[in-house]
Amino acid sequence: MSKVVEEKKEVTIVFAGDSGDGIQLTGTQFTNTNALFGNDVSTFPNFPAEIRAPQGTLAGVSGFQLHFGSVEISTPGDNCDVLVAMNAAAFKVNFPRLKKNGTVILNTDGFNARNLKLADYDVSPIEDGSLNDFRCIQIDVSKMTRITLVDSGLGKKEVDRSRNMFVLGFLYYMYNRNLTATEEFIKEKFSKQPDLRDANIKVLKAGYNFADTSETFTSRYNVKAAQLKKGKYRNIMGNQATALGIIAASQKSGLDLFYGSYPITPASDILHELAKHKNFGVKTFQAEDEIAAICSVIGASFGGKLGVTASSGPGIALKGEALGLGTILELPMLICNVQRGGPSTGLPTKTEQSDLLQAMYGRNGEAPIPIVSASSPSDCFNAVYEACRIAVEHMTPVIFLSDGYIANGSEPWNFPTKDKLKPIIPKIKKEKGQEAYLPYKRDEKLVREWALPGTSGLEHRIGGLEKENETGNVSYDPDNHQLMVEIREEKVKKIADSIPLQPINNGVEDGDVLVLSWGSTYGVVKTAVKQCVEDGLKVGHAHVRYLNPFPNNLGDILKDFKTVIIPEMNRGQLLKIVRDKYLVDAKGINKVKGIPFTTDEIIDAIKLHLKD
Amino acid sequence: MAEQLVYTAKDFATDQDVRWCPGCGDYSILKQVQSIMPELGRSKEDIVFISGIGCSSRFPYYMDTYGMHSIHGRATAIASGLKISRPELSVWVITGDGDALSIGGNHLIHMIRRNFDLNVLLFNNEIYGLTKGQYSPTSPEGKITKSTPVGSIDHPFNPLKLCLGADSTFIARTMDRDPKHQREILLKGSKHIGTSIIEIYQNCNVFNDGAFEVYTDKATKDDEVLMLEHGQPLVFGKEDDKGIRLVGSEPTVVSLNEVSKNDLWIHNEHDKFKAQLLTSFFDDPSVEGHLPRPFGVFYSEDRFRYEELMESQIKEAVEKKGVGNLDLLLSGSNVWEVA
Ligand SMILES: Cc1ncc(C[n+]2csc(CCOP(=O)(O)OP(=O)(O)O)c2C)c(N)n1
Ligand code: SF4
Ligand SMILES: [Mg+2]
Repeated sequence: MSKVVEEKKEVTIVFAGDSGDGIQLTGTQFTNTNALFGNDVSTFPNFPAEIRAPQGTLAGVSGFQLHFGSVEISTPGDNCDVLVAMNAAAFKVNFPRLKKNGTVILNTDGFNARNLKLADYDVSPIEDGSLNDFRCIQIDVSKMTRITLVDSGLGKKEVDRSRNMFVLGFLYYMYNRNLTATEEFIKEKFSKQPDLRDANIKVLKAGYNFADTSETFTSRYNVKAAQLKKGKYRNIMGNQATALGIIAASQKSGLDLFYGSYPITPASDILHELAKHKNFGVKTFQAEDEIAAICSVIGASFGGKLGVTASSGPGIALKGEALGLGTILELPMLICNVQRGGPSTGLPTKTEQSDLLQAMYGRNGEAPIPIVSASSPSDCFNAVYEACRIAVEHMTPVIFLSDGYIANGSEPWNFPTKDKLKPIIPKIKKEKGQEAYLPYKRDEKLVREWALPGTSGLEHRIGGLEKENETGNVSYDPDNHQLMVEIREEKVKKIADSIPLQPINNGVEDGDVLVLSWGSTYGVVKTAVKQCVEDGLKVGHAHVRYLNPFPNNLGDILKDFKTVIIPEMNRGQLLKIVRDKYLVDAKGINKVKGIPFTTDEIIDAIKLHLKD
Repeated sequence: MAEQLVYTAKDFATDQDVRWCPGCGDYSILKQVQSIMPELGRSKEDIVFISGIGCSSRFPYYMDTYGMHSIHGRATAIASGLKISRPELSVWVITGDGDALSIGGNHLIHMIRRNFDLNVLLFNNEIYGLTKGQYSPTSPEGKITKSTPVGSIDHPFNPLKLCLGADSTFIARTMDRDPKHQREILLKGSKHIGTSIIEIYQNCNVFNDGAFEVYTDKATKDDEVLMLEHGQPLVFGKEDDKGIRLVGSEPTVVSLNEVSKNDLWIHNEHDKFKAQLLTSFFDDPSVEGHLPRPFGVFYSEDRFRYEELMESQIKEAVEKKGVGNLDLLLSGSNVWEVA
């Protein structure tokens, strides 16, 4: 049957199923194909709360949300146009987010009596009229896959495992995409298992052909390429961009990379990625705990390497004491915190921005540490690169803040070439000078020189005890302590002179409301502010990347607006800092549900404050 | 730079005042360490001392090498990172019984199993010196201290047994009051390629004076100290009149008037099973029929070092994939162009 082709500017699809259904893979493939086609994309994987939840249960639902379009895409989308549900539980969890008149694609095999019971349905939602206002496409994916592979010689388990390819092929037809990229992927993935390779490709094509010949739907969709900025693109996830940014900083600074860390969700993928790149001289060390991880980094940094560690809130808590040591030693090192819901173990697979105050103040004594945050998956690259640059050029630990949302999300990245990256120049003292080496003598930026073991004549001792100005010898002198505390504080403040001024990222330059945001809320705030400006409201958006120190002009920007509102996935942490530092009566919009803001939530808050 | 290698012990002293209590055992250890440094055959700038926190951990300030006085219990972890990233350096960890075995216990065992080529000097004074006299994980049961006014109810660690349990490749014991032995053991430890653990009995004359007196006092030491020498029978006693013999798997004290030296336990540094038995010579010296306390090298073994394997994995990766090219890494394999 020939089908009509409808143009769409943007589409949001949610793929949902059991964690064993290959949902993340399906979503990633569909994303890559669309990205390669030229769409702008933004994704958000929603992992099951419990990794080992029983099959078919609500706790075991894995989701992958993709927003793609011919227009600029800044968020993974609030609600979805299409929901692909592999079973009843997956349907139940995601159905509330399906737009009116949206489309559901259901695997009917996942709605049998057992599935319905596991999802707490007395009556199947397919039969009770819940779907009356929606377009519902029902396919027995299991049966179709089994028929396709009847002669494959594969066992039932292996056959069923390729069901996701049927769905993927179906959607490729529906959205007018070709199968090439996924076929290439399958060939590589199963290069050593030709039977699985052939089976997966066969099922993928079967899904495509089924969509073509069956009468399950009448129109196909066409989402044209987006008008992205000129250049070369690839799709990238946040943690991957973080890893690449760190390697880039190592290469540009000429410092070998030492990465010490202890596995924790959602930071582990940085370790996995870095461990692949040993040919860049990268040394990754899986330590026995987070304390050992950061301490190994301190050792490496003392040895003259780019020392990096990453963790999430609980692990960062363990690193606190060593961070203080890094601060008083004044050695360069990078600490990445991929934030998740807290306190304690909290919500390991869910996102939150609630470790800002921990990054800012979470140490004993006066121990200021610069903080840089990332605003989107691809922005992790630039942000972490900047964090490394500050660490190395200012001889200080630096905290890089990411979160679960951008760490696992993905988007197209207009990647740079090596020569376009800012230089990073370590302050290494190469040889003994005329005068004795003073480890804590400083330049005009208050930065000391880094003397590395192995350099003759520069032997020296450093430590966690308060040190005498310049010589670094242990000192308990009261005036000296006051002086050293002030110097360390001033050194961090001076970093503000070498970072860019704060821009107004979107909307008006002065007016009624400034939305001040940081971290992963960038996309949603940008979308909301643009919408408000289109509606004629005088709203501006400033997104702060450098959280300590702030850009020198941030205070002035705050004064240009009548009201400042600060949306955060916490109980008001940037809010506290801004109110404290600038004495402005900023207002918070605070959400702690483990999921990102929706555009409407931000727009509603802006409008509410406009009324005040 | 060959001419620089002719050092004397003095070359390793710094201009800082040494601040241990007068009479502290740490002085003797500092002296012996400084005295063996010229024999390492390493340039001064290639030597690094890393310590945690405690009286003993003040040590690096007094060594004119590279050094770091870090945080409580973590010197082992810091040294691990340094050794992985700079395998060519001669790295020395200075730690106390509290530092290494209490707060830093986890890092110690993990460092040991990885077998980095570095040296650990564990200053065991069976007390928390710096915090003014609380019992430590090596204090004996019943020990009366400020925090245990009616006696400790903690069962103590046997440090060398713990280390051997973590698959240590070199364990030895020596004491502050025997400089000659100390020197010998320090040199042996420094030559071992792998993590060498040297436990040093160190007298804290302020908070735990005399903890090891039976092993150092002229009147008792000959009967209480068993000096281990590779290839030699286990003989001790004032007149070298006693020996250890294995009866089944039971170490037994015998009189050399009755048993010939040839029938004694012959010490073999490379025998792990016997080393385990030797670490169990840990009796309370006040108990009747106790075994003497061994000093010397209990065990040594050659096993691969973490940092060497790390280097070879990197070399292999470079051979296989070529030296990393940043531009190729950034572009990845799925690129599209927007014109
Ligand atoms: C995190 C932390 N906890 C506690 C202390 C206090 N503290 C300093 S040294 C020490 C014990 C030292 O004992 P030991 O390691 O045996 O060294 P010694 O002083 O006996 O040489 C303690 C508890 C500290 N400095 N840091
Ligand atoms: S307190 Fe004990 S261990 Fe510490 S310096 Fe004094 S004597 Fe030595
Ligand atoms: Mg002690």
